[in-house]
Amino acid sequence: MIDKRVYDFDAALEGMADGATIMSSGFGAAGAPQELLEAVLDCGFRDLVIISNNAGEGERGLIKLLKEKRIAKVICSFPTSSNSEITKELYAAGLLELEIVPQGTLSERMRAGGAGIGGFYTRTSVDTPLAEGKESRSFEGIDYVLERPLTAQFAFIKAREADRWGNLTYNLSARNFGPTMAMAADTTIVQVDQIVELGDIDPEQVVTPGIYVDRIIEVKGG
Amino acid sequence: MARLSRKQIAWRVAQDIQDGTYVNLGIGAPELVANYLPDDREVIIHCENGLLGMGPTPPEGEENPDLINAGKKPVTLVNGASIFHHTDSFAMIRGGHLDICVLGAFQVSERGDLANWATLDNSRPPGVGGAMDLALGAKDVFIITDQCTRDDQPKLLESCTYPLTGKGVVSRVYTDHALIDLENNTFVVREIVEGISQEELQNMTGANLVIADNCTTLRTPEL
Repeated sequence: MIDKRVYDFDAALEGMADGATIMSSGFGAAGAPQELLEAVLDCGFRDLVIISNNAGEGERGLIKLLKEKRIAKVICSFPTSSNSEITKELYAAGLLELEIVPQGTLSERMRAGGAGIGGFYTRTSVDTPLAEGKESRSFEGIDYVLERPLTAQFAFIKAREADRWGNLTYNLSARNFGPTMAMAADTTIVQVDQIVELGDIDPEQVVTPGIYVDRIIEVKGG
Repeated sequence: MARLSRKQIAWRVAQDIQDGTYVNLGIGAPELVANYLPDDREVIIHCENGLLGMGPTPPEGEENPDLINAGKKPVTLVNGASIFHHTDSFAMIRGGHLDICVLGAFQVSERGDLANWATLDNSRPPGVGGAMDLALGAKDVFIITDQCTRDDQPKLLESCTYPLTGKGVVSRVYTDHALIDLENNTFVVREIVEGISQEELQNMTGANLVIADNCTTLRTPEL
């Protein structure tokens, strides 16, 4: 029997260690797996490498980890938010490494990582500082930059519903990076609003098929 | 001296977005364009975080934290809207499926180069978001900006001095003083606000301006 449900955060985070690379879904606070991120804080892990569109928003999740100096590096498209100064402070103090990746390239690199693609050429970032040091190539007179896949040991995702096989649905724009990150990590851990019976999710409505998901934990009101 | 407000610039942009257009509105002033789209047009607004068919701001108390735009502000969906994940959203952008993207700018060059993500100040963390993808992917890139910075430095230049977002990507610039097209590596002035002379506009610009033969007065409602 396949049962990906876990019932506490220790079980959800099994195998994690200091220095772990974690993809964290969410665009701003929408779809951010705050409870999973705060469980990492409670477990004491540090020197983390986070892959996420933003380096946190507001007061929760990544912002808490940043404030406790648990994060060594963030790979993101846009690190700052209008409602937190911590990223700016840590960066100015030399305590946080940032790798800035254009948002579409960030997403596509993770897709490539999840899809077994060794790299891809994109026009995005051509003639900009973000293309420096990367191989470039011209196809039919158009310049492209080679981008390499991005994978991680763990992906943290927030979804709306899951069944015990790990099939997922999302809520509106909280979907954002979830489906792509689920493909790209060795271990994909999902916090869901509600776990439902197998068969309750119409196969036509499944957004992330369970094959990409390793562990699910129900977090009511998360 | 007469100059347009952000709302008036946004109104002027909205008049150029035709029925049936798929448009992405960047963070900040470009978001205002949604408020002025003429009622008789169906314009589908794309949000980079996975929405097609963004609707108006919800009434107070009806905001849904899971339904936001690229600026992370609460929005609604119109009938016919769709939701998709980020990689699909950027495939739409990078694959050339959007008709227009409206963005802000630090600088625009006469070759249509855009600089809107980083300055030369390295003390603050840089952030690019989706700007590079949008600048290259959309069929037309419209820019909302001021003719000059707050300390009177021109933003329309022969060459950008800030790091580029994209090269040769800008089609049209809407400023607080004029509507200017990019044609054959030249700024071509189509409309100038009332009370500004061609000479005054040229003095606020860091590149040569060509005044179009049919250049008219840029008029907007009071907003």
